[in-house]
Amino acid sequence: MALRPALTRVLVFVLVVGALVAAWEGYKALWQATGWGWPFLVNDTTMPHLYDVVRAFWQPTTTGGPPLIRSLLSAALFTMKEAIAGFVLGAVIGFVLAVALAHVRFLERGLMPFVVGSQTVPILAIAPMVVIGLGSKGIEGWQSVAVIAAYLTFFPVTVNTLRGLKSPDPRAVELMESYAASTWSILWRLRVPASLPFIFTALKISATASVIGAIIGETPASIQDGLGGAIVNFNQYYSLQPTFLWATNIVCAMLGLVFFGCVVLAEHLVVRRPPEQLV
Amino acid sequence: MNSSPPSSAVSIQGVSKTFRSGTTALADIDLDIQPGEFVSLIGPSGCGKSTLLRIVGDLIQPSAGSVQVNGKSAERARLDHDYGIVFQDAVLYDWRTVGRNVSLPLEMLGWSRDRRKARVQEMLELVELVGFESSRPWQLSGGMQQRVSIARALSFDPSLLLMDEPFGALDEMTRERLNLELLRIWEAAGSTVLFVTHSIPEAVFLSTRVVVMSARPGRIAEIVPVDLSHPRTVATREDARFFELVTAVREALAVGHGDGGARGTSAREVY
Repeated sequence: MALRPALTRVLVFVLVVGALVAAWEGYKALWQATGWGWPFLVNDTTMPHLYDVVRAFWQPTTTGGPPLIRSLLSAALFTMKEAIAGFVLGAVIGFVLAVALAHVRFLERGLMPFVVGSQTVPILAIAPMVVIGLGSKGIEGWQSVAVIAAYLTFFPVTVNTLRGLKSPDPRAVELMESYAASTWSILWRLRVPASLPFIFTALKISATASVIGAIIGETPASIQDGLGGAIVNFNQYYSLQPTFLWATNIVCAMLGLVFFGCVVLAEHLVVRRPPEQLV
Repeated sequence: MNSSPPSSAVSIQGVSKTFRSGTTALADIDLDIQPGEFVSLIGPSGCGKSTLLRIVGDLIQPSAGSVQVNGKSAERARLDHDYGIVFQDAVLYDWRTVGRNVSLPLEMLGWSRDRRKARVQEMLELVELVGFESSRPWQLSGGMQQRVSIARALSFDPSLLLMDEPFGALDEMTRERLNLELLRIWEAAGSTVLFVTHSIPEAVFLSTRVVVMSARPGRIAEIVPVDLSHPRTVATREDARFFELVTAVREALAVGHGDGGARGTSAREVY
């Protein structure tokens, strides 16, 4: 019984991947055959063959060096460390901030514009400041990058948790009050459990955002050990070896998916809701 | 506990409530409820019956007047866990099992795990939901959910049960069955009940007294004592006296509504 939906899923996945590959190669073949220059000229540099991208994983990046996949995996592990630290830090800050905003009305009015404003500042502009500022305090580069990732992570958590904390039915609050429950007790027994679906929605957004934050944070910090460093590096050699950058992109996407998957798994374990409310 | 002579379960004196919007929900309410009574509040929408219930439960504050519960202030009574509350919706927590919903107030009272477990079993027996302890609220029907909510309200033996249209969202058959069940529970538990309803037959069937209220501003139009014998059964609903009382309440409601009668007119003149 349980096998059929699982089988269907695998089949759909294979079909979607197949369709995407066909679209890529079909587009490439058509544009190359006709020589259309709009929106851009298609050749093996702008759109390499996908099998060449896959093959690139086993090619050495330097003569006699290890294959690309090995350096990309170690870069992915490094970036993952930054992203995890940033994700956890951002989630905790985001949650605590939401609790404070939910309980102190003037804080919400006074602080919320700045919380929103913080997200309009380009991460590329603040990343060097964070790295240099924290670096002068003796904090390691990867930890500074984690702070940058946290900067992207906390915002969705704050906004969604705040909504979740305010989501309980007024009568559910009255019920707690009729038991002479303290604010603390109402928070942990009612508001936080009620906001879990909201929090997990935010964590799913934050999971991918923290990976992006870590990759982008590495760039101005000139950190070479992660995927951000790999992207900068392969970018410079794009005209010679475009497949390396594409292969790196695939690894970045995989890392984001793994993060996302972990959050979805945690959600299924933690949140118990009517089936129709689980998305 | 209290040195004063045996007091009313609920004593409402000169209670008025004007909301910030300027709406006067309640004007000058006086009502005394004796321990063990089952009193229903009935009236048109906007007569402030739910507001009155919330004032008694110390969930909102009156603009004037005072409420005493078991000889103490409403706030003291709330802090002493004298209230069990049941709303129109069961207001169960989806993330808790049925059993853990029932034990929610017990957790906050600091009961031990074993004691909670025993009490939950006892309460589920009382509302005839044995075997549903580990079900999730959404797996139950509306009537069953409301029974869980009643079990939760009674779990810590509150002396006063406040019920705000608890069966209003249920179908007629479920409602009548739960009426009988509630009476059985009330007789067994010996608590005092203040019950808000829209249904005249329900008010008459359940209550020892029906308080008929009029709207804008909410006042007590008439109090109809219900002299039907206990225990009440399915047959009670076919009793001639039952119909007389239903008619009496209906007429009191019509008067309170200003549909005729000297009393309604005079009330309006006073206002």
